[in-house]
Amino acid sequence: MSDDRLFLSTDKPPAEPASLVDDFTPGLITQANHHLCPGCGEPIAIRAAMEAAEELALAERTVAVFGIGCYTAFAHNLDVEVVQALHGRAPSVATGIKRMLPEGFVVTFQGDGDMVNEGLQEVLHAAARGENITCLLLNNGVFGETGGQMTTTTTLGQRTKTSIEGRNPHQHGHPILLSDLTATMDGAAYVARCAVNNAGNVARTKRYITRAYESQMAGAGFSLVEILTMCPTGWFVDTLEGPEYLQNTLAPVHNIGELKTP
Amino acid sequence: MSERVLIEGSEAMARAAVAAGCRFFAGYPMTPFTELLEHMAGLLPEVDGVCMNAESELEAVGMAWGAATTGHLAATGSTGQGLSLMQESLSEITNARLPLVVFNMARGQGDYFQATRGGGHGDYRHIVLAPMDVPEAVELTQLAFDMAGQWRTPVMVLGDYYLAHTYQAVSVPSFDTAAPEVPNWALDGSTGGSGAAKIVSPLGGGVEGEEGFDLGAHYAACAAHIQAMATGVEPLIDAGFCEDAELVVAAYGSVGKFVRYACLRLRDAGHRVGYIRPITLWPFPSEAVHKAASGSAKAAVYEQNMGQMVDDVRLATMGTVPVEFIGGPSWDHSGFGIGPDINVPDISERILETMP
Repeated sequence: MSDDRLFLSTDKPPAEPASLVDDFTPGLITQANHHLCPGCGEPIAIRAAMEAAEELALAERTVAVFGIGCYTAFAHNLDVEVVQALHGRAPSVATGIKRMLPEGFVVTFQGDGDMVNEGLQEVLHAAARGENITCLLLNNGVFGETGGQMTTTTTLGQRTKTSIEGRNPHQHGHPILLSDLTATMDGAAYVARCAVNNAGNVARTKRYITRAYESQMAGAGFSLVEILTMCPTGWFVDTLEGPEYLQNTLAPVHNIGELKTP
Repeated sequence: MSERVLIEGSEAMARAAVAAGCRFFAGYPMTPFTELLEHMAGLLPEVDGVCMNAESELEAVGMAWGAATTGHLAATGSTGQGLSLMQESLSEITNARLPLVVFNMARGQGDYFQATRGGGHGDYRHIVLAPMDVPEAVELTQLAFDMAGQWRTPVMVLGDYYLAHTYQAVSVPSFDTAAPEVPNWALDGSTGGSGAAKIVSPLGGGVEGEEGFDLGAHYAACAAHIQAMATGVEPLIDAGFCEDAELVVAAYGSVGKFVRYACLRLRDAGHRVGYIRPITLWPFPSEAVHKAASGSAKAAVYEQNMGQMVDDVRLATMGTVPVEFIGGPSWDHSGFGIGPDINVPDISERILETMP
């Protein structure tokens, strides 16, 4: 005598397709599907940035300026107005927008290759001018989109495709700690660094972004939030090892915390 | 309403720009462009506009790009050297379909190719207007802003040291302080949260992963737009005495005014010489050049470089007449393009030597 009950629910397709019990996509992200790698930290950072904008009711006055990197894919997925800029040039484009729309809210998204390599002078001058914009730096310490080469935020000893034996200061120079540098400038009102490698840090990221936004809305001047993000593909580590690698490799050099508050 | 005053070319262009509705300017000082920036810094606050003394040409063009996305008429400028730095952005601004006016006070005439061949990466052209003197620069500045808005594209006003620094009596349009109208594609943040927020991108619109985001389709649309400008923008030319001319001489900009004067004097002396002075360098007035040269035995091109516009004249005449290059680089010690060879006797001699 066979026991059909053992196979009742597993050998046939379900009569009804599965459905989401709840949709956690933030209101200002129109399409949650993306082409970024599993384990990437950038979608988490962008989500925090959009949730903060929604909670502060900034949607109808926001213009977001995107640089060029993996995160650029999200430029088309947001329900806020977007200007796509060149690699490195988002702060000057944001400056032109903010000067013509002083009541608007202007935020930039750039990676470490974009902001700290190609466009270092843009962000520093924007900070020095006290430009009343918010710049978000998604820092994973590598060029993610091109496949894991060294950026100027790569930490000493970190292995990349262009620092194969690890970043060596004699050959490759030292990392630039952008938030620390920016915090020394008089025009910078709010500067903080956080990460998205665990739940506590994600909550902190959203808190810091919220404070940066509030500082812009209060007209306090330039604000920067640097967010350390995972890039397991560019780091050549297992997807699940990304958060720990971030903690052990980037976080000890690019220290987490608020560096300057209004 | 306008008043007639004796002012420098830079100030005249700045006043004309503000009168045309320009409300944002960003630039980086560089001779002979500097005074244009200075005058914009003085004038724009009068109309609640913004002038930025940018930290570099890279930032100047970036700021102008951002301002242009808000629908306010924006401009930037430099010399050919500074324009070299701006080209990456100018190319992308073209693909983002944004209006922008670029004042290029070049050093000499060596930057004709840079101005008329796009200048940066990619397959595009900009409308290029080359005034011969201050009154014409005032008219063409207005036209440049009109065309930039109409075609949603960068338009270049190509001048030089003489144009920027010569004082002439001109009628300068007065400007009102009313905020100019903003076009419907412009960004102000207000479509956020609507489910269809606007995007201004050199990569096109559409949503990633959905039908509609297609870079190839966007570039094809950009190419079609360049083609539409090539055929739709009215080419401008100043020509004279071509009907019975044995030789027609082509020249542009300040140098073109000297060549025109040389031709007038040679006519007085009984020489059958005509002149053609392209005002739009892109689109090049090929048909008019072809027609003007069609009755002559020969055409000549005078420009102060190694021979650049001569290529366009040869393409326009398509082998129907021989085209001789009678120009050449002309530099003084400054390198600012104050060519010692810009003098009527020298130009006249070259023209007479090449008469058929």
